Amino acid sequence: MNRPGLATACAAMLRRDLTLAWRRRSDIAMPVLYALIVATLFPFALGPEDTLLQRIAGGVVLVTVLLAMLLALDAMFASDIEDGSLEQLVLSPQPLALLLGMKILAHWLTTALPLIVITPLLAAMLHLPAAVIPVLLLALLLATPLLSLLGAVLVALTAGTRRSGMLLALMLLPLCVPAVIFAAGAVAAAQQGLPWLAPIAWLAAALVLAVVLAPLACAAALRIALDA
Amino acid sequence: MTATPAAVPLLEARGLSFCRQDEPVFAPMDFQLHAGELALVEGDNGSGKTTLLRMLAGLLHAGEGELYWRGAALQRDAVVGEILFLGHQLGLKADLTPRENLRIAAGLHGARKGASVASVLARIGLPGYEDEPVRRLSAGQKKRAALARLLLLPASLWLLDEPYANLDRIGIALVNDLLEDHTAAGGAAMVTSHGTVAFHGGEPRRIRMHD
Repeated sequence: MNRPGLATACAAMLRRDLTLAWRRRSDIAMPVLYALIVATLFPFALGPEDTLLQRIAGGVVLVTVLLAMLLALDAMFASDIEDGSLEQLVLSPQPLALLLGMKILAHWLTTALPLIVITPLLAAMLHLPAAVIPVLLLALLLATPLLSLLGAVLVALTAGTRRSGMLLALMLLPLCVPAVIFAAGAVAAAQQGLPWLAPIAWLAAALVLAVVLAPLACAAALRIALDA
Repeated sequence: MTATPAAVPLLEARGLSFCRQDEPVFAPMDFQLHAGELALVEGDNGSGKTTLLRMLAGLLHAGEGELYWRGAALQRDAVVGEILFLGHQLGLKADLTPRENLRIAAGLHGARKGASVASVLARIGLPGYEDEPVRRLSAGQKKRAALARLLLLPASLWLLDEPYANLDRIGIALVNDLLEDHTAAGGAAMVTSHGTVAFHGGEPRRIRMHD
């Protein structure tokens, strides 16, 4: 029996999810559109006062991007459970955690990456100083995968239940808070000309931990969801 | 071909039962399945046929009883990839074409020696629909696309839950052909059905589900 290697399996999985996302392009556009609308509305609501917008810009962009990500989080495993693909993944001779890791990566690539790409635009609309934008991007590059991974665990935990959206939002809130605090802390420090490496390092440490543990937790939770 | 002597069953269940919320779904069962054998699991709606297959596939944890694989206590890590399960939910992505679905399956499970996505699609009979998204296929065509996985993936035990549902007469004959080839090559299969089924390869073993 010739069993495919891990690399082949990971590539197949990643290609599958990216193809699926491409077939439903409008779903990718939704979070981007949402973030654009929110960032556009802020200056209208608060008035075009430069100093005020500058002060809140970092936080607004961060929160907008993270909330936009949540829009697509709910659907991460739903279709796979519905059409029986998840059963086939569980029964495949590959480590389930690794396959789910690939799914989370595909999810990040299709939801978070487009948001990060438009972040400079959002930041410019809110008059964030150009020098701070790289720090904001770095913070988002660490905070968004962290949120994807933590979110995936919660989605997997609530997979068996109906109308899990509400429960998911409640459970995710306390997990989001540290990511937002560290990311916003780094941006605020950079804006004031202070060293910003420490909060970024904290985010990176949390991300490393999540990369290792979250797929394992997802795999365990989904096995339990199927075993009912 | 398997090197296992015929005396050792491929799969053996002793006192197997399953409880859902402390209620037994079916009474303790004992059966043996040898390589090259076909077993038909019969029972009424709700008698636990699907539960039995899901349990044998390893999706559900057995309540009571023991399972043996080639004579040794069944270890899930050891049999992974040996058992192929086809359930009510076909495991096809509706936005992908049958060809793409099969390619992914081959990428995850590997392919049988001498089988390729193209050859399998030709055999299964979906002319002109290989590159249509699965969502546009009829229920019977979806079933065929899912059955193509049986031909493509390497496995010694097939667990098929209602493989005849939604199929026309040619499709039913196709399933019978697949089963015959598989058992002739030393594989084994368990098939559930609540209707009457005529296999061409003689009378299959029958496993009756009772409460």
